[in-house]
Amino acid sequence: MKLTTLLASAAMVLGLAGGAIAQDKTKVGFVYVGPVGDGGWTYEHDQGRKAVEAEFGDQVETVFVENVAEGPDSERVMTQMALDGADLIFTTSFGYMDPTNNVAAKFPDVKFEHATGYKRLHSNVSTYSARFYEGRAIQGHIAGNMTESNIIGYIGSFPIPEVIRGINSAYIHAKKVNPDVEFKIIWVYTWFDPAKEADAAKTLIDQGADVVLQHTDSTAPQAAAQEAGGVVTFGQASDMGQYAPFPRVSSIIDDWAPYYIARTRAVMDGTWESKDTWDGIGAGMVGIGEISDAVPANVKEEALALKAALADGSYHAFTGPLNKQDGSPFLADGETADDGTLAGMNFYVEGIEGEIPQ
Amino acid sequence: MDLSAINPILLIAAMIAAATPILLAAIGELVVERAGVLNLGVEGMMITGAVCGFIIAVNTGSPTVGFIAAAVGGAVLSLLFAFLTQVALANQVASGLALTLFGLGLSSLMGQSYVGIKPPRAEATPLGPLADIPVIGPIIFGHDLMVYLGLGIVAVTWAVLKFTRMGLVLRAVGENHDAAHALGYKVKRIRTLAILFGGACAGLGGAYISLIRVPQWTEGMTAGVGWIALALVVFASWKPWRVLLGAYLFGGITQLQLNLQGAGVAIPVEYLAMSPYVVTIIVLVILSADKSRAPGSLGRTFHASG
Repeated sequence: MKLTTLLASAAMVLGLAGGAIAQDKTKVGFVYVGPVGDGGWTYEHDQGRKAVEAEFGDQVETVFVENVAEGPDSERVMTQMALDGADLIFTTSFGYMDPTNNVAAKFPDVKFEHATGYKRLHSNVSTYSARFYEGRAIQGHIAGNMTESNIIGYIGSFPIPEVIRGINSAYIHAKKVNPDVEFKIIWVYTWFDPAKEADAAKTLIDQGADVVLQHTDSTAPQAAAQEAGGVVTFGQASDMGQYAPFPRVSSIIDDWAPYYIARTRAVMDGTWESKDTWDGIGAGMVGIGEISDAVPANVKEEALALKAALADGSYHAFTGPLNKQDGSPFLADGETADDGTLAGMNFYVEGIEGEIPQ
Repeated sequence: MDLSAINPILLIAAMIAAATPILLAAIGELVVERAGVLNLGVEGMMITGAVCGFIIAVNTGSPTVGFIAAAVGGAVLSLLFAFLTQVALANQVASGLALTLFGLGLSSLMGQSYVGIKPPRAEATPLGPLADIPVIGPIIFGHDLMVYLGLGIVAVTWAVLKFTRMGLVLRAVGENHDAAHALGYKVKRIRTLAILFGGACAGLGGAYISLIRVPQWTEGMTAGVGWIALALVVFASWKPWRVLLGAYLFGGITQLQLNLQGAGVAIPVEYLAMSPYVVTIIVLVILSADKSRAPGSLGRTFHASG
């Protein structure tokens, strides 16, 4: 009897202490699909995490788990984070969409933020993404101007709307400045596998591509392009500035820090609510890395003008007239694509060859 | 579809390069398993070799020294496995898995300040006029030294296992360690040496990825090649030449499917993406229809009292 009382009171004290600690600090968890040292996608998310720590200091505690496979593994990791007392969990890959919603159902008091997805099945799930396709428009413009073989290689990760939007946007803007341009697309079915990405880049270069765009996370294609010589690349997700000024002539940089700080603050204030955020160049979520001197001055100028127009909203990357691949009309002259169409984009625009794997 | 975009000479050359890391890791593991030890830590030893080779190559400016360091790094890590399984008599499966996890963590720790650095370039082997022969030149004679070293290791491994006393003793230890022990052979010593050899080969394979194939250091860059090598040993029925065939088949079809995609062939990409695995398994399963089987003592712990 005495023992049980003792145990019970001990448990209560521990519980109170635990509660007190939890109140002191907001615990923010991050689930990463690759290693923090990938130099691309995950690296930038981790920069965002560090920015949260720098902003709030002792008021927050951040935890992260890297290299988490999409699917059931991620569900286990999220559950563990929630059990460990996380108040807010960022899940940073498209493939975490269903696991995030599953775990969110079990922990209604924990806030979940899923990157690049569209499912918000519970009131404690938000989604956020960046309009990478705006950056792709600028890449397409530079690529179309710089290619001499008129073959542009594109390393696709998974055939999901986000990646397809990027391909379409790059193609539209490359075609605009260079009507002879042709896209060769290779799907590697991975976000991060340096050897496979390097192989894909080499294959594209062997097949005549002198510009390689990538939608995978490592710097391996940059290294392959450098090795081959005379091939233009763009940094993906992160600046990849170590390959500047050539082959890397510009980049798309994801800047998650302001969003992560704002959402963490919202949890602290108790003002957090489920919503969908989709910001682009204008809001600063998509950054364009410095356009190097390897790009002709007039092209650089046009690219910067394009960036400014995308930022202030005077130009939309998907502006008609545009047809779908099969020739059916997509956008009328002057019409711009709405967010719903963009979010679910599962078709190529007219001119791109090949089929999207289903 | 435009098949003319595929250059068969470049394709075959790329296939040989793509197969080399798998080949090196698999031939090492083959020797380990023929000695009766199942080391699931290939991936961990590869990635450790990859980072050791990278660090040393960057600091010395010599890819050759880097490769030597990679072999040493892989071997040192495998020594840990040898200690756990041969001295402490720990479970081989668990120790091997632990080795993989440990290797992945250790390598990312060691490589932290090496992300984004370019390693010194490994030159193509100077074979002089041979490389200028049309067609055959670029396919056979245009590679770096490691490709030939990998082939050499396979040939030597085959010859040693088949024709020498040393190979016979190694196989005896793998088939029945109690009998080998009764005959007076040092089972643990032989197995430890086999494990070291396996570690060194895996390390070389890893360094081939970080120094030649990619070439850069990124965490987790071996991305599962070690597991493919492990599977290959089983499907190759523990025979060196079949490992070679399997590795080339796997590397070749991986390259071919990328080329077919680039050329816009109208085969669904999913089938292309799984083709290396499927074709390699089918071919090796057909080959292993003869009476080949696993070494008798594979995965069993040996204790002299037993």
